[in-house]
Amino acid sequence: MTHVLDPSALTGAGSLTGPLPDPFADVTRSEDAFRAFLHGLPGVDQVGAENRVKVLGTRSIKTTAKAWAIDTAISMVDLTTLEGSDTPGKVRSLAAKARRPDPEDPGCPPVAAVCVYGDLAGVAKQALAGTDIKVAAVATAFPSGRASRAVKLADVQDAVGQGADEIDMVIDRGAFLAGRYLDVFEEIVAVKEACGSAHLKVILETGELVTLDAVRRASWLAMLAGGDFIKTSTGKISPAATLPVCLVMLEAVRDFRAATGRQVGVKPAGGIRTTKDAVKHLVLVNETAGADWLSPDWFRFGASSLLNDLLLQRQKLRTGHYSGPDHVSVD
Amino acid sequence: MSDRLTVRKTYKLYLGGAFPRSESGRTYEVTDAKGHFLANAARASRKDARDAVVAARGAFGKWSGATAYNRGQVLYRVAEVMEGRAAQFAEEVAAGEGISSSRARAEVDAAIDRWVWYAGWTDKLAAVLGSTNPVAGPYFGFSLPEPTGVVAVLAPQRSSLLGLVSVLGPVLAGGNTAVVVTSTARPLPAVTLGEVLATSDVPGGVVNLLTGDAAEIGPWLAEHADVDAIDLAGAPAPLAMELERSAAGTVKRVLRAPAEEPDWTADPGLSRLRPFLETKSVWHPIGV
Repeated sequence: MTHVLDPSALTGAGSLTGPLPDPFADVTRSEDAFRAFLHGLPGVDQVGAENRVKVLGTRSIKTTAKAWAIDTAISMVDLTTLEGSDTPGKVRSLAAKARRPDPEDPGCPPVAAVCVYGDLAGVAKQALAGTDIKVAAVATAFPSGRASRAVKLADVQDAVGQGADEIDMVIDRGAFLAGRYLDVFEEIVAVKEACGSAHLKVILETGELVTLDAVRRASWLAMLAGGDFIKTSTGKISPAATLPVCLVMLEAVRDFRAATGRQVGVKPAGGIRTTKDAVKHLVLVNETAGADWLSPDWFRFGASSLLNDLLLQRQKLRTGHYSGPDHVSVD
Repeated sequence: MSDRLTVRKTYKLYLGGAFPRSESGRTYEVTDAKGHFLANAARASRKDARDAVVAARGAFGKWSGATAYNRGQVLYRVAEVMEGRAAQFAEEVAAGEGISSSRARAEVDAAIDRWVWYAGWTDKLAAVLGSTNPVAGPYFGFSLPEPTGVVAVLAPQRSSLLGLVSVLGPVLAGGNTAVVVTSTARPLPAVTLGEVLATSDVPGGVVNLLTGDAAEIGPWLAEHADVDAIDLAGAPAPLAMELERSAAGTVKRVLRAPAEEPDWTADPGLSRLRPFLETKSVWHPIGV
């Protein structure tokens, strides 16, 4: 069976997903054409990418620039709890922390979103009522993505019904690695439709994609399919977010906007634990994609322990002396 | 006479069980008592102190949770390894402090004996400092000494080994973890002690040795919110009062600096053990 896909037919009237942007209108016309397009993307020089992030990692960010970076990073955090043992109580306490990350300091900005499993999205929504903090829910059989399309779509609809503003979906890595790109594409398009007005973040799970070339292909695939954000990882696989992977994804969103005019956000998730890591990511964003992405609308950190380290560094800047783990909440 | 080139040494810090360079990249020259070059030592910065506190905090759970008997065994093992390197210690003490090699050897022996003495105290503290309290009710009341936490130690400036062991031993025996700023001018015995600790059974992070200037690093440790106690033994006189004041901001235990560096050969008793122990009292119903 050949997959003949007319993007405008697939995303018919009433859909929020428009036809594929102009220069790429026909790349999904067949499995072969799509594969040819994705494999035709320029290859990634892995050594070069690693060197580039190493050099950018040595940037020294101090004093007022550091204060700005810390506050910006806090406002970009998707405060995440994705444990089997999550309870409504835990989600409510996380929501309280999201509103006022540092109870001692009203000047501390709130985080961007709270990220939970779909069944707890309603609890999070209620706890965050009256704020601008978004509720993000993971869906589509997170974290493995191994379920039928019908189950995945039901999962998404349920989370949206509970009030989730953002949906974090996982791609079918099995299909992607087997080269069935059109299957992955169609699935993202279908999920995007099921999202309605909710923003869609597409998790590539780069730890399972093995090469940076595959990361670039997956990024383009997700953006073409209508993802509003591309996200590195579920956080359940190691390695999760690494700087070279983030570099490749930032290049992808930059090139995509240049080609189509549509801006897509990036969310590294998992393994970012220290302020230093976060600042390195911000430097990478500024130097790769540009300052347009330095906003919570276009760049997020999926993290839980990162926020505490950011708060400790913030307290250090405010008080002049080092703080300790006794001075932030235990999540 | 051999014409072999001398191997000039540049020592590093002992931090979290590893030997990193100072984050600042700085070093300074260590000279003997007559001003001749001995080696280069790392000059630790405030960020090294911060990293050391993180390492010490990370190691605290395991070290304080170990049985007193086990801690004693581990510390005794340190003394054994020190004994094997006694000649090197004696050479460094003699050069740094400008004393004869026989006196230096006596200092080293005293230091090793002092370490063994503190190793012996680990499982006796609860018996000596704890108590079963008389209570007017059907309860038992116990008071037990527990370690304070992360202790910052400004090591004595003059006595580079015996002084260091005399301030570090009691901190470890009680189950605390330590961040030590060594003698500025005479750091080499401390560097060697770091190598001894790394090759004995002391878990990484329990002892962190920062060579450098106590006047530079001391204030950061005194103000640090995650340091529970500070021993000002080696704080320079004008600074000591200042450090006490800033330590008050986070309600640290402070062991005040002596007016003058004491004679470390004297029997210390419990004077240096007690300040870094907290007394926990528990009530327990009597089973009927």
